[in-house]
Amino acid sequence: MPLDTVTPFTPLASTLGGILIGLSAVMVMALFGRIAGISGITTGALPLRREDWDWRLAFVLGLVAAPIVALLVTGESIRQTVPDDLPMMAVAGLLVGAGTVLGSGCTSGHGVCGLARLSSRSLVAVLTFMAFAGVTVIVLRHAI
Amino acid sequence: MRLVLGFASGLLFGLGLILAGMSNPAKVLNFLDVFGTFDPSLAFVMGGAAVTTFIGYRLAWRRKAPFILSDFQIPTRNDVDAPLLTGAALFGIGWGIGGFCPGPAWTALALAAPGTLVFLPAMLAGMAIATILKNRKPALA
Repeated sequence: MPLDTVTPFTPLASTLGGILIGLSAVMVMALFGRIAGISGITTGALPLRREDWDWRLAFVLGLVAAPIVALLVTGESIRQTVPDDLPMMAVAGLLVGAGTVLGSGCTSGHGVCGLARLSSRSLVAVLTFMAFAGVTVIVLRHAI
Repeated sequence: MRLVLGFASGLLFGLGLILAGMSNPAKVLNFLDVFGTFDPSLAFVMGGAAVTTFIGYRLAWRRKAPFILSDFQIPTRNDVDAPLLTGAALFGIGWGIGGFCPGPAWTALALAAPGTLVFLPAMLAGMAIATILKNRKPALA
């Protein structure tokens, strides 16, 4: 993809989408008493050691089904632009997977749920991954 | 019932990501590109989600236990240690390269873009490798 693909600013849709994400996180807490961190739910979705893997697997399947349901409801397919440098995407995936396990969370676990709990540990994690992500984008787009 | 509700929670999360535009890596990368094609939308996603969760958690915690499982399991640690910082840094670099964090990677799967089909298995492999290393070296845990 051209790296400078412009995307429109969507404050209303993004706020509403954020509220749905928050409602999901609240559902997970009210029903299961757990943090809705997608990295933790993903690693906990296999019947290895952790208990309660079954609802986590169902949650992941719900995530996977979302674009299909959105298509059925709205009749519109979802527009997205995914970077197509495949070796770089493999590196990105490895870093995201390893980093979220090592750092005990991602955008949802630390970002949404951690900040909602007013966790200082999560705040440090969020500031760290935002800073590294921002610098990475700026270096890849403007410095190289 | 717990499987239906687990699925419904994931579906709601995924629909939120799609409505918010977060399932589109280009939008995420533009949020991070403050010196280029900056798109501040994701700040509104995070804000809407965190405020909703902040309020909803406090309502949920009025009960002694959740509806389905027997107890609330909420992280108690407040220390900032090396694995937290290293992990967040690695995650940030990967997020900045691919524009995907774990949730949007799952919601993008069915759209089957080549980049997604490479990213998602690599992410699962990274999670598996880090889990094995974490369990092998207690110092990292």
